Amino acid sequence: MMNKIENKNNKTKRYAANILLAAVFIVVITLIDQNLIGDQYIKRVLNLSAIYAIVAVSMNLVNGFTGLFSLGQAGFMAIGAYTVAVFTVPINYRASIFYIVPQNQVLAQIHLPFFIALILGGLAAALVALLIGIPVLRLKSDYLAIATLGFSEIIRIVFTNLKTITNGALGIKSIPGVSTWVIFIVAILSIVLIALLINSTYGRAFKAIREDEIAAEAMGINLFKHKVMSFAIGAFFAGIGGGLFAALLGTVDPKQFYFTMTYNFLLMIVLGGMGSITGTIISSFIVTFGLEFLRFFDEPLAMFGYNITFFRAGFRMVIFSILLMILVLFFRKGLLGQKELSWKLISNIFKGKNSNKKSNKGGAA
Amino acid sequence: MTLETFLQQLANGISLGSLYSLIAIGYTMVYGILRLINFAHGDIFMMAAYFMVFGMVNFSLPWYISIIIVLIATIALGVLLERVAYKPLRDAPRMSIMISAIGASFLLENLATYLFTGVPKGFPDITFLTNSVTIAGVSLSVATIITPVVTIVCLFLVLFITNKTKIGMAMRAVSKDFETARLMGIKINRVISTTFIIGSSLAAVGAVLWGSKYPSIIPLMGVMPGLKCFIAAVLGGIGNTTGAVLGGFILGMAEIMLVTFLPALTGYRDAIAFIILIVVLLVKPTGLLGEKVTDKV
Amino acid sequence: MKRLLSLALSATMVISLFTGCTKQEQAPATSTSGDSDVIKIGVFEPLTGENGGGGLQELDGIKYANKMYPEVLGKKVELVVVDNKSDKGEATTAVTRLIEKEGVVAIIGSYGSGVSIAAGDIIKNAKIPAMGASCTNPMVTQGNDFYFRACFLDPFQGEVMANYAIQQGAKTAAVIMQNGDDYSVGLGNFFINSFKKLTGNDASVVDISEFQVNDTDFNAILTNIKAKNPDVIFAPSSATTAPLIIKQARALGITCPIMGGDTWENPAVVEVAGADAEGIVLSTFFDENDPATEEAKSFVEGYKKELAGKEPIIPAVAALGYDAYILMLDAIERAGSTDGVAIRDALNATKDFEGVTGVINFTPEGDADKNIAVIKTVKGGQFVYIDSVEVK
Repeated sequence: MMNKIENKNNKTKRYAANILLAAVFIVVITLIDQNLIGDQYIKRVLNLSAIYAIVAVSMNLVNGFTGLFSLGQAGFMAIGAYTVAVFTVPINYRASIFYIVPQNQVLAQIHLPFFIALILGGLAAALVALLIGIPVLRLKSDYLAIATLGFSEIIRIVFTNLKTITNGALGIKSIPGVSTWVIFIVAILSIVLIALLINSTYGRAFKAIREDEIAAEAMGINLFKHKVMSFAIGAFFAGIGGGLFAALLGTVDPKQFYFTMTYNFLLMIVLGGMGSITGTIISSFIVTFGLEFLRFFDEPLAMFGYNITFFRAGFRMVIFSILLMILVLFFRKGLLGQKELSWKLISNIFKGKNSNKKSNKGGAA
Repeated sequence: MTLETFLQQLANGISLGSLYSLIAIGYTMVYGILRLINFAHGDIFMMAAYFMVFGMVNFSLPWYISIIIVLIATIALGVLLERVAYKPLRDAPRMSIMISAIGASFLLENLATYLFTGVPKGFPDITFLTNSVTIAGVSLSVATIITPVVTIVCLFLVLFITNKTKIGMAMRAVSKDFETARLMGIKINRVISTTFIIGSSLAAVGAVLWGSKYPSIIPLMGVMPGLKCFIAAVLGGIGNTTGAVLGGFILGMAEIMLVTFLPALTGYRDAIAFIILIVVLLVKPTGLLGEKVTDKV
Repeated sequence: MKRLLSLALSATMVISLFTGCTKQEQAPATSTSGDSDVIKIGVFEPLTGENGGGGLQELDGIKYANKMYPEVLGKKVELVVVDNKSDKGEATTAVTRLIEKEGVVAIIGSYGSGVSIAAGDIIKNAKIPAMGASCTNPMVTQGNDFYFRACFLDPFQGEVMANYAIQQGAKTAAVIMQNGDDYSVGLGNFFINSFKKLTGNDASVVDISEFQVNDTDFNAILTNIKAKNPDVIFAPSSATTAPLIIKQARALGITCPIMGGDTWENPAVVEVAGADAEGIVLSTFFDENDPATEEAKSFVEGYKKELAGKEPIIPAVAALGYDAYILMLDAIERAGSTDGVAIRDALNATKDFEGVTGVINFTPEGDADKNIAVIKTVKGGQFVYIDSVEVK
């Protein structure tokens, strides 16, 4: 009885806390967007983190929730980024951008509003994922990983060579920017959609496939359909992320989407927890901000009059990769494992109740 | 096209292919034992090239002593990598081990950038390797002629070790069934270390030959050869040493022939490897010479 | 337990993040307290990644310039260096960091046009003048009145090399470009256009081959070229790939001259290519053996000492980095303030400025108005001057 009341009490408290948090969040974003607090630097890193969060969550949908080891995210981002770049650059700038090989006559005349180009970019990425996925998703674990990585490279190489559309290696510049508000709304919307998907019947099927393919199939889950679906939806949001990325940077070129870019997102989902959306969001921000703040290590440091020689360019990335290794080796579950961040989890942590232990006890009983 | 040009391209293809083969053997052995794509193999190869530069340029050692030091250092690095990055994860999910491999590769690249900077270092001239000879209008450097020979010798050595020695038998047992092998009293860790010793020493030999042919040494030089050699291993049937050599030759030849016969498509050269990979995976995932693996329920 | 540990790890990450933050804020805090005696100039270069090598050489030139001219407007100049990792995403945050966090009054950089283009809009919006040292792509300064540069442009360089090749009697040429590298593709195409125009023969460029970034094997491409027997090969490429192309061409028995762009004037090219580098031809920004100005004379002398044998010759990008710095300093001095717009106007008003790489004026677009390029070759393991080509 007491327990029930306490629960109800807690629920209201959490509800209130959620609303409060959302309100604070909206106020903060608005203030940042209007340049009232923070500065351009913080704003840029926040924007970048939000975009990375979309892509990382989309990758987690495929890798963490469906258990498909895919390394193709950079390629799908490239598709989204180029769609936005090709269609939103003002028409009168185009001739000067395509100064070596002129742009395709038809494309040169088409200008689309940002949101339409963004959605189109997502759809194009999803379509390509569908075409790739139908053959490739028959493969298992590391074969799948290397095949998707291969496709992401093929996409990049094709973009380098399609000079009349992408301007090849020269890239496209003067892509109109977007505000922080737009980036955050798109990010929240994308992540909420992915979360809804994961909590739907489809999502449960994804998780069943992750846990045990053969058992899932025996339960009547159409493996192939669900894998392709997860893969294509993951690609859609990676495309959206890519589109925002292009708008934020104002320029794209194929080199940006080298396959090593995917490794950054891999780090984010490993840190956040394979199979945790909130964990991935948090880790996207930690990684992006962390990389910026680690810049400290790149600068020469003088202490007590001595120059500490190992503080020089590149040290930051060494530390970054050592952190990644420590994470993989000793904290495989990342921040949250497969759990989601909630008030309950937080209060449990503060009360010192380790949820892991609890479930273990339950299992033993 | 003249016959001379064609022969030259053929020689180019064989020489590139045999380099791919040499490195691919290391991939295929590790995969055979651990079922792990050793993403860091390409970076071990890169470090071996730097070791050679240090041995010959910075310490002015003669090439034969340098090669011995490079072999020892590379083997040490390979075994260290296995101990630190792979061993603790032996019972972890496959994805974790792969992420660890990617992390290790990332770490080696960043470390090399930090220590040696991105300014290319010249690979020391091993004079007799870089001399060139012309046979019937075809120009070949000695390294170009020697590489296929070295590759074949290495292949036979590896085949001898795996088929005729006790440790080789243990390796085959481990690659067939990890758990049973362990129960049969095979010292798994010793077998795995041996695999890494062989793989790393081949990477070191590959690096010396690669460096003599392509003497610009940079921290990211291992990335593309690493990927391509893995593809060669898959093409040949991963886990199969002869297959890896075959795959390497085919891949090298395919790249050269694309440029020879379809010069307009040279921009797509790197895509060839990936296209081959995907086709192989779809049509015959076990590769040309691979054995069929069935899923255990 | 593991959970707790992982939380602890993340906590330390967060803490280290904040300590990093506070430390960074402490450093500027001390300098802002003495705001009146420090002027900050941002340096924005790739120190790691694909272009890490060139970026470091350029940075050395800038640092040396700062050592020679440590003061402007009676205040000490502090260089704030950020690494853009040859990556556009990184470049935009790095440059924003310079402007917002470090409060620099001007920016110098970057090696590699791609990252400069990415940073361009941020620089323009922040109204902070920037001086590119060696970014030769036309798009860097195009439509951006705050971006200037101390070097000439790819179209000019392409034309110079085409001119020179024809002066030397070449009738046919083969071009090798690094597909995926804006510098190489840009310069290669400008060369092709000029060469065709000058020979009046569209078939004079007998072969155009492209290779991928990170390729090391050029034998196939070169064998094709050998079969077409061109009078000259033009292969604009990075200092990493150039020696590979040169060596492999010579090993295949290709004897025609091989030409490249400014990136070839790099000690690494001669070091790696060794004896095969003999006779290559390249265009560059300045010649250390024939100083164009007084400034150049003292620079060559001083910088040689500074290098102390670390590199056999002065890399051209170091000279440009030096020029970029002194150009910026001169403009700040003439503007009499650290206001971005004032500095920009002063830069625009630059007249016959004596730099290391020649006398510099700016075009309305903000590019150094240079019409002379130096042609060099390699002889006895040294870069030696052979000609200056003037293009009207």
